[in-house]
Amino acid sequence: MLVAAKAAVVVFVAAILQASVFSSISILHGTPDVLLVVLIAAALLRGSLVGAAAGFWGGLLIDTENLATLGVTSLLLTIVGYWAGRYGETTGRDRSHAPFVAVGIITVLYAFGALFLHFVLDQPAPARTVLVDTLFQTIGLNLLVTWPVYAFVRRLLPPAERPERVQGVELLG
Amino acid sequence: MVALLVVASLALLSIYFRESGGGRIHSLQSRGAAVLRPFEVAGDRIARPFEDAASWFGGLLDAKTENAKLRKQRDAWRQLAIQRRTALQENARLRALLAYRDSPRFPKNYRGLAAAVLSRPPSQLTQQIVVAAGSTDGVLLHAPVVTEDGLVGLVTLVGRNQSQVTLLTDDTSAVSVVDLRTQASGILHHGDSVDRVTKDEVVDAGDTLVTAGWHDGKLSSLYPKGIPVGTVTSAGQRDIDAYKTVAVTPFVDFSSLQSVLVLVATEPVR
Repeated sequence: MLVAAKAAVVVFVAAILQASVFSSISILHGTPDVLLVVLIAAALLRGSLVGAAAGFWGGLLIDTENLATLGVTSLLLTIVGYWAGRYGETTGRDRSHAPFVAVGIITVLYAFGALFLHFVLDQPAPARTVLVDTLFQTIGLNLLVTWPVYAFVRRLLPPAERPERVQGVELLG
Repeated sequence: MVALLVVASLALLSIYFRESGGGRIHSLQSRGAAVLRPFEVAGDRIARPFEDAASWFGGLLDAKTENAKLRKQRDAWRQLAIQRRTALQENARLRALLAYRDSPRFPKNYRGLAAAVLSRPPSQLTQQIVVAAGSTDGVLLHAPVVTEDGLVGLVTLVGRNQSQVTLLTDDTSAVSVVDLRTQASGILHHGDSVDRVTKDEVVDAGDTLVTAGWHDGKLSSLYPKGIPVGTVTSAGQRDIDAYKTVAVTPFVDFSSLQSVLVLVATEPVR
């Protein structure tokens, strides 16, 4: 319960900072998505359920702050949180490069997903701007903030205790 | 749980789209935004000094980059302006030459070959220039060279694409001239004095001298008749001298020659 509250607060702060501070930072036309990185870090550390819930919560906050269509960002970030959590629970488990791999891949998939959803909802979907003009810069900036953000989230949300991996199988009978 | 969240998102999305702007979800969102606003303002205020600092550094970097870019542009424009001004000046000079070539003052039976001056006299000892016209252009040895102001000199060496012109001011230069007003004749030496003006002839300061353009049987002057040469600045005589002493200032400013007309005879000179 405490973990869920902590995760909610972390995502809340990240969403507020993303909307008020980071969204106005433009470096080479790219903008860092700190909320996405925080969400991925939380999901990698605490699993897919926490990731999905944090994604839903973060998306709801962002859409509310921006007075955007409610549910769009929630849907995307829920999937992002779940996927990142599953990656952390399986392939990316105990791997130091997992946050970077997850952030790099998810930034690209998130851009495609957001474009697709906006297109389906008949909202502005400037593919060239998102995919050509800014995507690489955004990936770079997200990767740049990954390490400090991951370290910070790790301090607040230490990884869950996991059962030891099965070392061998004894056949009976 | 995850499926529930996805369904919740989709439901939110659907309801948001279906209901009007003043619907329940919209008003909830609006209230939520109002609640979040103070947090955003607080976040903005906390981050403002850092943003300002970053913006200041960014601005400084931008200004430096822009400064370098503008300096480059300024240099390019300056270069262009110089080229334009040079081209305009050259255009004006060539127009003047052209106007002179088409005027009645231009010697008959000659065509003017415009040529840029490639090199000027390196010192007072050498009164020769090199022009950008040679034998391939039809320049002949001893062809007279003029500008719209008057006589410049004589071609003394012809190359394929360039020729050497000995100026009127050279020590070896000698031109038969006549006073346009009194028809008094003499020989102009190194551009500043006229010799062989007999004492019974009248020459006064301010008189204009032009080339005599004489011909005697098969012999003839190298210069066509009537090319302006200079103005008499003083004229006098002494009892012990056989001829008058006449000082002349040439019309042509030899120190700033840019282009000239080389006269090429269209008919054999008599």
